[in-house]
Amino acid sequence: MKPAANKANAGKSGPDVRSDCYVEIELKKSGENKINLKSKVEIMYGDSTRKLINEMCNFFELKHAEITIEDSGALPGTIMARFELAVKRLFPDCEKEFLPEFNKNNYYKTTKEKLRRSRLYLPGNEPKFYPNAGLHGPDGIILDLEDSVAVTEKDAAQLVVRNSLRTIDFYGAERMVRINQLPQGLDDLKYIVPHNVHVILIPKVESADQIKQVEEKVLELKKEHGIKNDIYFMPIIESALGTLKAYEIAIASKFNCALAIGLEDYTADLGVQRTNEGTESIFARQMLVNAAKAAGIQAIDTVFSDVGDMEGLRASVIEAKQLGFEGKGCIHPRQVKVVHEAIAPEEKEIVKAKKIVLAFEEAEKKGLGVVSLGTKMIDAPVVKRAQNTIKLALLNGLINNDWRKDEIG
Amino acid sequence: MKLVKNAIGRLVPSEVNGEKQTPYQGIGKHRPTGNKAKPQISTCADYPDDGNKVVKNLKEALKKAGLKDGMTISTHHHLRDGDVLTNQLFDTIKSMGIKNIRWFPSASFPCHKHLIKYLEDGTIHHIEGSMNGPLGRFTTEGNMNGVGVLRSHGGRYQSVQDGEVHIDIAVIAAPTADPFGNSTGDRGPAACGLLGFALADSEYADKVIVATDNLVPFPCYPWQIQGNNVDYVVEVETLGDPSKIVSGTTQVTKSPDRLLIAEYVADFFEKAGILKDGFSFQAGAGGTNLAFALILKEKMIAQNIKARFIRGGSTKYLVEMLEEGLTDYILDGQTFDLEGVRSMRENPGHVNTSPFTSYNYHGKGNFASIIDAVVLGATEVDINFNANVVTHSDGYLLHGIGGWQNCLFSKCTILAIPSFRDRIPVIVDEVTTVTGPGELIDVIITERGIAINPNRKDLLKAVKGTDLPIKTIKEIYEEVNQICGGAPAKPKVNKDKVVAVIKWVDGTILDSVFEIKK
Repeated sequence: MKPAANKANAGKSGPDVRSDCYVEIELKKSGENKINLKSKVEIMYGDSTRKLINEMCNFFELKHAEITIEDSGALPGTIMARFELAVKRLFPDCEKEFLPEFNKNNYYKTTKEKLRRSRLYLPGNEPKFYPNAGLHGPDGIILDLEDSVAVTEKDAAQLVVRNSLRTIDFYGAERMVRINQLPQGLDDLKYIVPHNVHVILIPKVESADQIKQVEEKVLELKKEHGIKNDIYFMPIIESALGTLKAYEIAIASKFNCALAIGLEDYTADLGVQRTNEGTESIFARQMLVNAAKAAGIQAIDTVFSDVGDMEGLRASVIEAKQLGFEGKGCIHPRQVKVVHEAIAPEEKEIVKAKKIVLAFEEAEKKGLGVVSLGTKMIDAPVVKRAQNTIKLALLNGLINNDWRKDEIG
Repeated sequence: MKLVKNAIGRLVPSEVNGEKQTPYQGIGKHRPTGNKAKPQISTCADYPDDGNKVVKNLKEALKKAGLKDGMTISTHHHLRDGDVLTNQLFDTIKSMGIKNIRWFPSASFPCHKHLIKYLEDGTIHHIEGSMNGPLGRFTTEGNMNGVGVLRSHGGRYQSVQDGEVHIDIAVIAAPTADPFGNSTGDRGPAACGLLGFALADSEYADKVIVATDNLVPFPCYPWQIQGNNVDYVVEVETLGDPSKIVSGTTQVTKSPDRLLIAEYVADFFEKAGILKDGFSFQAGAGGTNLAFALILKEKMIAQNIKARFIRGGSTKYLVEMLEEGLTDYILDGQTFDLEGVRSMRENPGHVNTSPFTSYNYHGKGNFASIIDAVVLGATEVDINFNANVVTHSDGYLLHGIGGWQNCLFSKCTILAIPSFRDRIPVIVDEVTTVTGPGELIDVIITERGIAINPNRKDLLKAVKGTDLPIKTIKEIYEEVNQICGGAPAKPKVNKDKVVAVIKWVDGTILDSVFEIKK
């Protein structure tokens, strides 16, 4: 290994930093490795941190290094990510990865049809937000390598996201990562594919070919690492061109599970202001919904950026639902509950859905090919919609699992 | 120093600062007999007929009060971090060449780091009260001459009335007073609300000095401290910085995780059946507790439920509930913001209480056990539900007990706490310092779930079948260790040197704080 410099650093320091650390490695001409650790949690975890650093020094065969660490209470996965990054900034050719143990709770899988009402964005280089994110109950958590990460810290976020996919329990939320715009995003894939990512969000998609490039690389990495689980894609449409090509994009891969729209970039592309009413983006949103439904996948709406305005969020979700969207992006954990409540079916929808589902189950039991309610015939898509309504009602606690009994009894 | 094991297995000294001590015996086990302490008999013949007890300055008052080496001087924390008077008091004592004072504050604040030099030069021998912030650090590192004694607000009253602590001179900061000594905290430039913490001192101290920056002609009415107990009145330029005495506005948390905890607490109130017409509760002024009160308020309005009383520390949020008719009374122990002070002054439903009525364990009952539920915090809780509020996991004293111990006697004691802070686990195997025995702590509510003390079968039954995230404390403990990378190492302490003791509400010793090896 040839060092690119004799000194490199990684991570964050300062009085406002918490749950993170700063690492500096300086290579000397001779002498033993030396660790200077200043830690907010010295008494509780100072010894175990020093042990970890020694272990990592051995792993990376680091010699004659003076290591300075300012620890503001970083979790082990974060310390590992910061230290590995400092090593890799010193030795850009270093291919070795120091992987934290995979949390046994993180092996769960996803499905293409999973509910994706809410997806919570977490900035890729801010590990302090991770451990509690899943507690707020979002359907999906997005570790973001793209817009929320400074250009100079893309390498840092890759390691933080990789380690977090392995160590952090997201409590059943679908594990999503937003990669960078292609071609840079292709380089992100090796940090996520081997670590049970469920859905890859691909930003600023404007062609089917871009999806195919991601698919090819993902399949290659899956083969290399012996990954059997399906990994799905959610292309994000964020431009006029992308909008016009939405259907092509939607059918570009069998692994596409949804199309999402990103309105900040889209309105910039049109050269208009983004408004709360959203008149300027109505075409794009309708186009996207139609493209997604035509391709048999989900349509997912943009984020609502005013985290203080919960009523505005609620209205925006209700409007999105009306247009055919099935989910909304969240940038703050407090938005999750509001989104779920707003997407939840209304009382009269539930009453109707219960009747349809019961009629369907009754018909099935009797082996009838046709479902009817009173004198009306019920089509298969209507049954499917009713089943979905019941599922949403259950998830929102509007009915309980015994609803059939209550209905019949 | 000879250490003995007390009823919960903690090592405590049998003698502190030369006085014999009783180790903690268990809840309600220690039953002292005999009579309360007796204040001196005074005669009007020794006091001016015109009722004018004003003397020139603090030094004069201290001189007249007979200040001597080794005396016990008490002060009170109702001026909180804005307190200027206490620092001036010790500047004066120092200038008089007096040594070895036992300082007996009802609590200390970071502003009192000014007094560290007097602890170093021997003006102050030791502190009995609380050792917050810099004073905590100073004490824990073994720098104080004597052993610190930490008491709850109720325990402070108990220690005075039981004669464990004899106050030679009490110095009471009074935001408004008259020359006779009648005093109140609800008005004046340094208005702080109420003076309940100074009540015991005014009754039992040999000499009582009232210092005020708002002297009004007799009578100062309504009064909270009776002039009949006061020896001297001193006019000072300022008692303190009003902006640090009460905050303009108390802040509701914005942290999504704290808000989640607050929601769980309110849900628990509802689903465990605590929330019902005529109920009562107490919640502090921390950001999570304020958020809880607001969520609870929405539930009360939605379900048309009214409380009989709410125990303060009051804030504008409680005041709003009182004014909107959601509670008949606020029984207040201290006011945290200006709205609380205003309400106390104007609203007869906003009642001024003291540690005697609310918290004193050696009385014929107190208010704390009448309350349906309290919501408190803690720095650590262990898998046996023992909790700590005075030290951190690094072994350093950082907070006082306040009314926390006294509140544990409510019908349902809830600790609303994060399961870890940064990388510091809050749910641990064994707390650094026991401040409250687990048998009095019923429910732990964290962002990772709700743990109910297995002794509370009634509560476990009440929440069965609800959607509350009920877990065992052990489950939360293990989850936190998994996140933080293993259980935290314990601080290395010098087991031969006790730097402070934690008193239980009955005056027995619950636990010790040991010197940290630097």
